[in-house]
Amino acid sequence: MTSVADQISGPPLAAEAGVVAREALLAQPGAPAIARPVAAERELRLDLFRGLALWLIFIDHLPQNLLTWLTIRNYGFSDATEIFIFISGYTASFVYGRAMRDAGFVVATARILRRVWQIYVAHVFLFTIFLAEISYVATSFENPLYTEEMGIMDFLKEPDVTIVQALLLRFRPVNMDVLPLYIVLMLFLPVILWLMRRSADLTLGLSVLLYAATWEFDLYLSAYPNGFWAFNPFAWQLLFVFGAWCAQGGAQRMSRILASPITLWICFAYLLFAFLVTLTWYVPQLSHFMPRRLEQWMYPISKTDLDVLRFAHFLALAAITVRFLPKDWPGLKSPWLRPLILCGQHSLEIFCLGVFLAFAGHFVLAELSGGTGLHFIISISGILIMSAAAWLFSWYKHSADKSGSKAKATSGNADLAGGGA
Amino acid sequence: MKFVSGAILSVSLLAGFLAVVPARAEDPPSPTPTPAACEVPDYLLSGDNVLPKVAEVIKAGAPLNILVVGSRSSTINVGAGANASEAAAYPGQLQAALKAKLPSNEVNVSIEIQPKKTAEEVASGLSKLVESKKPTLVIWQTGTVDAMRSVDPDDFRTAVDEGVVALRDAGTDVILLNPQYSPRTESMISASPYLDNMRVVAQDHEVPLFDRFALMKTWSESGEFDLFTAVHGAELAKRVHNCLGRALSEFIMAAAHPKPAQEN
Repeated sequence: MTSVADQISGPPLAAEAGVVAREALLAQPGAPAIARPVAAERELRLDLFRGLALWLIFIDHLPQNLLTWLTIRNYGFSDATEIFIFISGYTASFVYGRAMRDAGFVVATARILRRVWQIYVAHVFLFTIFLAEISYVATSFENPLYTEEMGIMDFLKEPDVTIVQALLLRFRPVNMDVLPLYIVLMLFLPVILWLMRRSADLTLGLSVLLYAATWEFDLYLSAYPNGFWAFNPFAWQLLFVFGAWCAQGGAQRMSRILASPITLWICFAYLLFAFLVTLTWYVPQLSHFMPRRLEQWMYPISKTDLDVLRFAHFLALAAITVRFLPKDWPGLKSPWLRPLILCGQHSLEIFCLGVFLAFAGHFVLAELSGGTGLHFIISISGILIMSAAAWLFSWYKHSADKSGSKAKATSGNADLAGGGA
Repeated sequence: MKFVSGAILSVSLLAGFLAVVPARAEDPPSPTPTPAACEVPDYLLSGDNVLPKVAEVIKAGAPLNILVVGSRSSTINVGAGANASEAAAYPGQLQAALKAKLPSNEVNVSIEIQPKKTAEEVASGLSKLVESKKPTLVIWQTGTVDAMRSVDPDDFRTAVDEGVVALRDAGTDVILLNPQYSPRTESMISASPYLDNMRVVAQDHEVPLFDRFALMKTWSESGEFDLFTAVHGAELAKRVHNCLGRALSEFIMAAAHPKPAQEN
């Protein structure tokens, strides 16, 4: 372990700093080296990990099965949602930050709002599918064992109220929490970017303050019929703003910290700690080894309010990834990672498709009362369908770009380059 | 990177061992609820937390009065009269199983069903309930209604906490019993925050937690029961409740006879 790390820590250190510097040059407002053809400068690592996050979210939305053991939430505190929100913040800030610099606040805001509208429509579309699914379950399923749980269908008795509440984003079924969070975060993006152009660090500081206030004063958004938002936007904005901050040159300013071996070892130690703690959840026999004091201090680890432990876990993962996976890693061009990258480049479409496929998977499993084998087949085919769809989208985009007028391509491309920022 | 992949491998292996699942074909339907095998992993039946009052009563040969406080998932409707339904649900099955295990004690299991009430609504009435019924042990089944209404998990934890304290102060032993595993509604009800918080309260107050969720999930994964099925009959419900009642009786016996005491 030690020797491997030592070997690696030498040369990439310099290379990494170079990569980060180049990245920062791209992102720095007013930097002359901005290259117009965006596609050529795409940060493939972002696409790769967003694609990965989308796959993992899909698998986590299915009932537990063999593949669930491959998702990161089983090995630590954070999960794919953190990756997704962080990268979304990064790319959104990158794309629309440049738009704000080039075309001004009003135009950039208009473009962001158009994007918000697209996400909103996607959310409503998913809600329709969800309604169809549960209406079916409600009418066909009468297991006396679950009389109580079927009470969840009671809202079907008041479709008028339910649908209006869904349009207001207050009624959100399980697994449909990410898009409303994303919508709210994007709505505030113009303000965030405007502030960041004045002082990026100040913006991040305000974001941390809001996060702290959320914990101190228990801020939340209420939901319908009762309860609260499963992802508290007041807390989760921290990841989004942090992503935006990194894209605006923060990553470069952190490069010295990231390159330090101390950071590396702290990250490894924390990941190991998180892994061991998680292990006690799945192997209850081991829970005797957990000091009670620690348990009382640590639990529960709130996902709703983005617990500090989760945020730190994400930071550790990200720091190690950036360290060991350079931007120009040749593997990023390999055909094996192509499906992941393509999925990451069309994140909104693939995310929606993933939620839909998870619903469909539930449905098939229920109808065929399938075992482990069927679970596995459903997960794999879901991922294949997502990849095929991503390939189709990118094929369409390319042919549309080719046939479309060339003047239009530059302005239209920025949105698409965000990969669904 | 190496470390992570190694970790993934080792946990996958571990998981493989834990979930050795020979997916069995559906059990043939039987006219009477034949006791299913429903094997229960040891760790779900034994914990560190004990039931001192129950142990005392058993030792003294006194009557063991158990009160189950819960919502509708503590009942089933088998469609053959209220008495039959009550006997078939897990509290009735628990009574039968405990009677067989404790021939020298009188065992009474009574139920107090409070449908559609959240933990907070139930908790406030618990001490009065104990005053009037004077049980040795209260089994508090909760979490389902809160999960369905997505009550703030922090509020839920506070309510369960207060309820447990009230029961302790009223002088009874307490077992917490968590929601059912319900695969069909998994995409609509998010149970995990409530499961986690019940575990936290149980740990804080050293109260035994009967993990109905994990138990039913184990049975579902091992093919013991097909919980996905949309059958309209009561057969499956009866067999599940039978297994739950028996497992619960073993859980109580284990918590009332901590291992060191058995060795004496």
